[in-house]
Amino acid sequence: MSPLSSGKKGSRHLFMGNEAIARGALEAGVRVVAGYPGTPASEIIENLAKIAKEGSRKLYVEWSVNEKVALEVASAASFAGLPTMAVMKQPGLNVAADYLLHLSGSGVRGPMVLVSADDPGALSSVNEGETRYYAKLMEIPLLEPGDFQEAKDMTTWAFKLSDTIKNVVLLRTVTRLSHASGTVVLGEIPENGSNAFFKHDGFILDPNEGAILSPPVEYKHTEQQRKLKIAEALFEDSPFNTYTGPEKPELLIITSSICSLYSKEAVSILGVRDRVGILKLGTTWPLPPKRLLKHLSSCDHIFIVEEVLPFLEDEVKILAAEHGKTLGAKFFYGKKEGYLPMVGEMNPDKVAAALSRILAMPQPGMDDVYKKRATEISFAGSPHREATFCPGCPHRASFWTLNTALSMDNRNGFVCGDIGCYSMAVLPAGFSTLKTLHAMGSGTGVASGFGKLGGFGMSQPVLSVCGDSTFFHSAIPPLVNAIHHHSNMTLVVLDNSGTAMTGFQPHPGLEKDAMGNVAEKIDIPEVCRALGAEVRVCDPFDVSESRQVLLDLMDRDGVKVLVLKQSCALSPEKKSLKKYTMSVDQSLCAGENCGCNRLCTRIFACPGLIWDKENNRSRIDEVVCAGCGVCSSICPKGAIMKKEAV
Amino acid sequence: MPELTLKHDPYNLIITGVGGQGNVMTSRAVGNMLSLLGFHVTIGETFGASQRGGSVMSHVRISKDSSWSPQIPSGHAHMVVSMEPSETIRVLKDFGNRDVKVITNTRPFYPVGVISGQISYPSDDDIRTWISELTSKAWFLNATEKAVAIGDPILGNVIMAGALAGTGELPLDREVFHTIMASRFSGDILQKNLDAYAFGVESVLSRKI
Repeated sequence: MSPLSSGKKGSRHLFMGNEAIARGALEAGVRVVAGYPGTPASEIIENLAKIAKEGSRKLYVEWSVNEKVALEVASAASFAGLPTMAVMKQPGLNVAADYLLHLSGSGVRGPMVLVSADDPGALSSVNEGETRYYAKLMEIPLLEPGDFQEAKDMTTWAFKLSDTIKNVVLLRTVTRLSHASGTVVLGEIPENGSNAFFKHDGFILDPNEGAILSPPVEYKHTEQQRKLKIAEALFEDSPFNTYTGPEKPELLIITSSICSLYSKEAVSILGVRDRVGILKLGTTWPLPPKRLLKHLSSCDHIFIVEEVLPFLEDEVKILAAEHGKTLGAKFFYGKKEGYLPMVGEMNPDKVAAALSRILAMPQPGMDDVYKKRATEISFAGSPHREATFCPGCPHRASFWTLNTALSMDNRNGFVCGDIGCYSMAVLPAGFSTLKTLHAMGSGTGVASGFGKLGGFGMSQPVLSVCGDSTFFHSAIPPLVNAIHHHSNMTLVVLDNSGTAMTGFQPHPGLEKDAMGNVAEKIDIPEVCRALGAEVRVCDPFDVSESRQVLLDLMDRDGVKVLVLKQSCALSPEKKSLKKYTMSVDQSLCAGENCGCNRLCTRIFACPGLIWDKENNRSRIDEVVCAGCGVCSSICPKGAIMKKEAV
Repeated sequence: MPELTLKHDPYNLIITGVGGQGNVMTSRAVGNMLSLLGFHVTIGETFGASQRGGSVMSHVRISKDSSWSPQIPSGHAHMVVSMEPSETIRVLKDFGNRDVKVITNTRPFYPVGVISGQISYPSDDDIRTWISELTSKAWFLNATEKAVAIGDPILGNVIMAGALAGTGELPLDREVFHTIMASRFSGDILQKNLDAYAFGVESVLSRKI
């Protein structure tokens, strides 16, 4: 058993932010948890799923088909009186937003927490979307842990708050907290609680026993705002809002989340602890006005440190303006004044640079002479490492097929991209095959639209790709749309048997669920056929067959689906199993004299292929090669040999 | 137990390498050891797409009294432990300083650009000269070779952790390592881990590297 479930009260552990959140939920007695995988949020559910599997406590955990369904599943438990949690990365909150609007209007019964993880700087995303504005938009409380202990404590308290106000509480984390680790002292996990029962027979407006719905809207909306006022009052004395610094600082830093640690670091680097105070806010919507006004009246110069958009900055400025008569004029140093950027993630250096500018101090940083020399050395000393598909990755083979088929078709066709490891096919790793890249499922929606532009003279073949998990998440509605409207397009499903990018979480196309139980498998080709699409299934490692099938499909009108099915090279059942032993026949490889422009090492560029400069030949790196055999079909001289591995 | 002290507070340790080499494991093992001794440990990691053959880095902050930023400020590393020689240089460019110390594995892990002949990889001699120039003290050891000899290249991480203990920079205790490993492994695997750790410690103490 992991310390996450067995750790005793008072014991100290090194926990990842996501583990701390998971433990915090356990300490709140959570019973049902649902979510959809997405970096940086995935480990919260993964850890809770393991604990559910252990079976020592009543806990149901599922990877739902998408975030909206996850929120709906989790809310059902709340309606039946149980503590419940929904977990997602921020773009998933966009997916769940429609339901969240209505859920926050109806209110909840059992305590319900919604965890949303932002990825400032897009370290593992194609956006840097914001959770915080949703709290304001949906009129629900927002909590933001500033360190690992708070990640646990605040999660537990979020359930208490939800129980007090009977509405959803939003907890926002960020990559640098979720994926970092720190010291956490544990609390108690309660014994199993009450049974589930949905009371629905009472008077329709009875919040405890009536039906749960968002109308009558004006009445419920008024209730919702009353609940938010209760939260605001509780936030005034919250221990999650802390101040460190002199009584009358020269400069007041107002910050939240992981930026509170960057602020602490910047103040420490510049050695200005006696001049600068840090107000770290854990309760960021609604802001506690009295608490803020107390600090604003202690200092006229305010530096606001936060990531991406100026959420805190705007709210603090509004508050200062509302109380301008008593507070007097304030000097603000924030994003709108150009002290910090409105894009990308923060770090201690950016905060220290801005702080030194405000205090008119020399800018801290590396010794110029050292930096210059180290940079010179690094040009030759640390060659660039390009992101690429793994050796034996089915996506490399699939994009080779797509790319070469489009060239052979010669009508300037293109592929609309989607979210997964295969998003890397916008890069040379996937032969720059993808020409649009947006949200989950959007490739197929966009292709559905492109496929209707024939009436405007467009004759380019339209393709889209999506992974198996993405197919279930949000590609089915656009596929239905395309079929219904007689759009001309081909959807290529890159089925690698799992939610591979985020760590092989199961999805509805597989026979097991998050807790390892047997689940109903839903067959992708059968779903597409039932909808009326023409469907073919190929193994992407058979490049010539896949390409011929794709060329045939592209030639026909209507909606076609090609499922390219082959497990991820890193999947647990496949790892280190080689199907073929590969070799390059040195007498057949013509090297630079071939005329192929080193197709295998320069264009196909699987890490398992090595260019041997001295011998002017390609070679196989036996240690790296995964033995998929695909490269044997790309060599124009037939010099790459494959033989069944024993 | 004698009062444990740190040479700096927070002590800033960077563990670097290439995705798949086991960076996260090493930083967790070192972090757990120091956490068991009562220190506040904060570890910042790189995750996601960078795992796919890219450069990876763990920032480990060790303090007597509180959590620190999971990102070390530029130029503020005290020690760099590197599983890959060219990655050592990449880290020094951003986090190095005249006083920094380095332990580096000498076995290269070639980038795709090098494999495909687009760019070249520096020679072992150049790497040693450059790293020595940029540091106050540098230890070079072929941890991968020894790890393969013990039985698994992934043990290179354990050798590096042992080497870090051998430098005496941090109060990394062999018994604490034993306790942590024994909680996860047993039998032959546990013994291999202990052997790898001991080899790392000895490599530094015997000053053969």
